Amino acid sequence: MDWTLFVTQMLNGLQLGVLLFLLASGLTLIFGVMDFVNLAHGSLYMVGAYFCASLTDFTGSFVLAVLLALPLTALVGLAVEFIVIRRLYARDHLDHVLATFGLILCFDTAVQFLWGPEGMAIALPAVLDGQVEILPEIVFPTFRLLIIAVGLVVALGLYVVVTRTRAGMLIRAGASNRTMVAALGIDIQRLFALVFAAGSAMAGLAGMMIAPITEASIGMGNEIIIIAFVVIIIGGIGSIKGAFVAAVLVGLIDTMGRSFLDTLLKVVVSDQNAETAAPALSAMLIYILMAAILAFQPQGLFPPKGR
Amino acid sequence: MIRKLTLLAAAGMLAVSPALAADKVKIGYVTTITTPAGVIGKDVVDAVNLALKDIGGKMAGLPVELFMEDDGFKPAIGKQKTDKLVKQNKVDFVAGYLWSHVLLASRKSALDAGKFLISANAGPSQIAGKLCHENFFSTSWQNDQTPMAMGEVLNQKGVKSLYVMAPNYAAGKNMVAGVERTFKGKIIGKDLTKWGKDAQLDFSAELAKAKASGAEGIFIFYPGKAGGAFIKQYEQAGLRGKIPLYSVFTVDSIALPKLQKAKMDGVMGSVMTQFWAPDLDTPQNKKFVSGFKKAFGRYPSFYAAQAYDSIYLIKSAVEAVGGDMTNMDGMRAAMVAATFPSVRGEFTYGNNHFPIQNFYSREVVEDADGVWTTAIRKVILKDHQDPYAKDCKM
Repeated sequence: MDWTLFVTQMLNGLQLGVLLFLLASGLTLIFGVMDFVNLAHGSLYMVGAYFCASLTDFTGSFVLAVLLALPLTALVGLAVEFIVIRRLYARDHLDHVLATFGLILCFDTAVQFLWGPEGMAIALPAVLDGQVEILPEIVFPTFRLLIIAVGLVVALGLYVVVTRTRAGMLIRAGASNRTMVAALGIDIQRLFALVFAAGSAMAGLAGMMIAPITEASIGMGNEIIIIAFVVIIIGGIGSIKGAFVAAVLVGLIDTMGRSFLDTLLKVVVSDQNAETAAPALSAMLIYILMAAILAFQPQGLFPPKGR
Repeated sequence: MIRKLTLLAAAGMLAVSPALAADKVKIGYVTTITTPAGVIGKDVVDAVNLALKDIGGKMAGLPVELFMEDDGFKPAIGKQKTDKLVKQNKVDFVAGYLWSHVLLASRKSALDAGKFLISANAGPSQIAGKLCHENFFSTSWQNDQTPMAMGEVLNQKGVKSLYVMAPNYAAGKNMVAGVERTFKGKIIGKDLTKWGKDAQLDFSAELAKAKASGAEGIFIFYPGKAGGAFIKQYEQAGLRGKIPLYSVFTVDSIALPKLQKAKMDGVMGSVMTQFWAPDLDTPQNKKFVSGFKKAFGRYPSFYAAQAYDSIYLIKSAVEAVGGDMTNMDGMRAAMVAATFPSVRGEFTYGNNHFPIQNFYSREVVEDADGVWTTAIRKVILKDHQDPYAKDCKM
């Protein structure tokens, strides 16, 4: 195994990891702070991607489109919270799952109505569409580097907000004991709406980052949301730090599995079996990791204090 | 008195006639309408409707009733829908099937019920070989054939080493087997990626491996939206100009508009093989392509071409027996003869009812209106029969 490939794959894993973090951070906050299971989080990922695609067409600039699509996605999140989610906080988790599953169907159908079934490509500006040579012989796509940068900046920003600001203090308090926060006279309704909108915007941002690589398509969020749930379960529900560590871990394991598992398997079994088994096994790796971590740390790696 | 008799006679004829011949031709069509793969199904649905319009909605004077079903990209649902078409709608023909695994799961439901099963796309090796059936017909190709043609192209170009990527399902494995069958160089790396409803669309890890392998070419099979995603990432990873791209069933008129929109001009001049292209010079193809462009404002894909053919194949069968669809032998003989006007021109059916046909190399070009499309370059395999036909005892 040569080291340039190894480093490239580490970067690929990190890129997948930060993308998962963008999605999982909102999910873990909504789940942790509001005790709300939001299956429709992936729909906002899709909505963000579609907004960005349309706005890129309209404005001709990807960067401008992202800046405009972010508040739009947050607004959609706010509207969803106001119209549907708000009525469900007092209900139990099964009702959350049912209602948000319904939301997924509504979102998918709405997108099909508005944008059609064929999906949308996003053209990147030439400067983002190329490659950079990071180290000698390690050439990496510029846009994937940008995803890593955006993810790290968001992670840092969240860290500052959560640990250094009053809103962050309330979020942490909410994750630990939301009844107490409400009893202390905090407008919990507003806090919840804010968290939901912020989580939506981050999910949308993840969608905007992946769409130029794959494309904006219907149901694009429904598969990745399952992995995002795996991430927050590994990381500890409600913990931003946990979401970050778990997302990077999952991203690296998934990428490394896809990269090197077939070579490893070929040592043990025949080439043909290894070729067929490797993709199936590498898709299972993250679930094996989740099971292993839950066996030793049922609360996840970084459970919020006070539970 | 005479009038009364005539009336009676007429009533008598009315009572008898349904037993002699059906009053309409029922066609069940299974394709993928939902899921992201629904974009392919849309082309199929449009082509079927266009074909029905072009034949005036009638076969042998009988009106055609079409039942369009969605398999949701899942073998289990495809089988369920086939059962429904056969048992509930009592169709005379079951056609369609984009995906090899869906067709394999559904074949028994149609064939055991004594219906004709017509694949307008999927061509798994099993059905071409051991599982061949007298009532099965294909208006497409066997999976291995197109990549076999590609193997020849690679040999002609003097490519010595190849990196191979395909989705991990029945057709993906056939495609890989096909290129391995004819390619004389060395395959130095292979990735089979996750496929289905949650198919893998981000190929960062695989592209990095392909690049590190130092292969002289990369061969891919990624139908539908995965193809567009792959080519974008191939470009973004800077592999263009380093490892030339050779594809089958990936760069088509579904992927090209999006690639053009994303300004992926690296796809220009990339080589692929196919039995058909929009510019194939046959009378039926000219009629089909111009009709499709006029009706829907876009180029048809090969999926659409095959679906268009499937309706004409059914029509030739129904007309050969004058609309008497109890005459299975007559209809089968008419289809075996392959006398219907096909978009691919004249061809014959092999013993396994897969076409024996030409395969061409194609290239991406810009048409007179500046739209990206594909154009035929030359014949690679002439009157080619699939390698599984010899396993078919029929």
